Amino acid sequence: MEVSAGLLLELGLLLLVLTVLGSGARRVGMSPIPLYLLAGLFLGQGGLAPVQATHDFVEAGASIGLVLLLLVLGLEFTVDEFTTSLRRHLGSAVVDLVLNSAPGALAGWWLGLDTVGILALAGATYISSSGIIARVLGDLQRLGNRETPAVLSVLVLEDFAMAAYLPVLAVLASGGTWWQAVIGVAVALGALSGALVASQRYGHRVGQLVSHPDAEQLLLRVLGLTLVVAAFAEFVHASAAVGAFLVGLTLTGAVAVRARDVLSPLRDLFAAVFFLAIGLSVDPSDLLPALPVALLLAVATALTKIVTGWYAVGREGAGPQGRWRAGTALTARGEFSLVIIGLVGTQHASLADLVTAYVLVLAMGGPLLARTPAPSLLVGGRVSRSGPAETGS
Amino acid sequence: MEIEERLLPGVGLRYEFVNHRGARVGVVALRSGGFEVSLYEGDDPDLATSTFHLDPQEADALAQILGAPRISERFADLTREVPGLSAGQVEIKPGGTYADRPLGDTRARTRTGASIVAVVRGDNVIASPGPAEILRAGDVLVVIGTVDGLSGVVSLIASD
Repeated sequence: MEVSAGLLLELGLLLLVLTVLGSGARRVGMSPIPLYLLAGLFLGQGGLAPVQATHDFVEAGASIGLVLLLLVLGLEFTVDEFTTSLRRHLGSAVVDLVLNSAPGALAGWWLGLDTVGILALAGATYISSSGIIARVLGDLQRLGNRETPAVLSVLVLEDFAMAAYLPVLAVLASGGTWWQAVIGVAVALGALSGALVASQRYGHRVGQLVSHPDAEQLLLRVLGLTLVVAAFAEFVHASAAVGAFLVGLTLTGAVAVRARDVLSPLRDLFAAVFFLAIGLSVDPSDLLPALPVALLLAVATALTKIVTGWYAVGREGAGPQGRWRAGTALTARGEFSLVIIGLVGTQHASLADLVTAYVLVLAMGGPLLARTPAPSLLVGGRVSRSGPAETGS
Repeated sequence: MEIEERLLPGVGLRYEFVNHRGARVGVVALRSGGFEVSLYEGDDPDLATSTFHLDPQEADALAQILGAPRISERFADLTREVPGLSAGQVEIKPGGTYADRPLGDTRARTRTGASIVAVVRGDNVIASPGPAEILRAGDVLVVIGTVDGLSGVVSLIASD
């Protein structure tokens, strides 16, 4: 076997850069995602130090990253959590969908994008980053807060909406006509409900199929099964991401927990490569012109998310400070907005620039916003008695 | 006393109650095994204050202090009614023969006549586990059988 020293060296340096950026971001309580994107920008075409040897690896790694992101999302999903969330927060989910996809759709229409572009931008502004938000809630010790169940419920419902949305987008983006899209949606919804029923009834059987006490065996089996299903989904134009999500949904119980444990480090690695690849595909000189629109869109959709959180948590009787915390926590956008761009990016270069800039703004701004205290206007002008001791928690 | 239970998607479960003095107490049972205990006081009714984190071991210790009835004691009450039957518990040690292997592999009933009626894993109890249940290090098996059967299971699990 011939070892390419150039590839190993470049890849190693790349990972070292990512880890330095990642740990720096963690130290100041930021998400590493925007930094991975920036790294990609600097290393891509038109950047400071374009990578060459690792290009193919990053390309291949990015599609695996996309598949793993959705697989782990599916593994984390349980029917119980979904049905409880749906029972309590169907109204919030509708408000969330309407308020947050509308600005994206309007902006897309104003920019003169085609149907696929408008749909993609609407999705990118709609979907919050459950990864970043879960991190922020943990870092700020808000898991015990009374508004947190509602925040997490909204996120679960968003994730589920993604499962129906991604195949539609994938079919339309691959140049399908409207009736192919309808069939694609029907197939996707059928597969989705099929996977849910299967996970309820036969989840343990599928589990037995892939389950193995040996972690290595489990990893290989789950990964192998997922890649095959993802490839098949891609083949019928339903997006590899959706296929992976379905596999994740079907696995339940102890197998899902163990699979999540063995897959998470792999997911982290390849997801970082995926974010890097998105950054690589964008030319930095195209990003700056996209920034003003991205900023405007970010401000508008940060406001709509605050309203969403305010409304959702208000239904559970939370006070104004709790409602503000919930709203601001939801503003972060990240991995899934980029997943959408990963699906349509190749044909819509300007859209990729816009959404990359948009995610850069809100993946950095969201966690910062979540730390800001509620404006006195919203909490009825009362000066909070809570001293500095609480601002950190 | 009323305890409100809420699912925390992706995180675990959240319990909340108001104690007899009117203090609101919240407990989050994390999926990862630990617990977070908080109070809600001050003018923001939703903000968790004085939060402290317990890892599974600390939570166990605290539960013992608070006098949580131990599972096998409850089974002991049951076996008292049947002469000759007793209950015991056996822990799966890390690196032991049956760690990460299905329960069926122990063939405990065939070999000893004693039945494994529950597996206690952290704060979960898997009642009447099937043979496919994968045992993990730290699991405690609740065994019911004759005294000989019990010691048989103990030496079976401890063997390597």
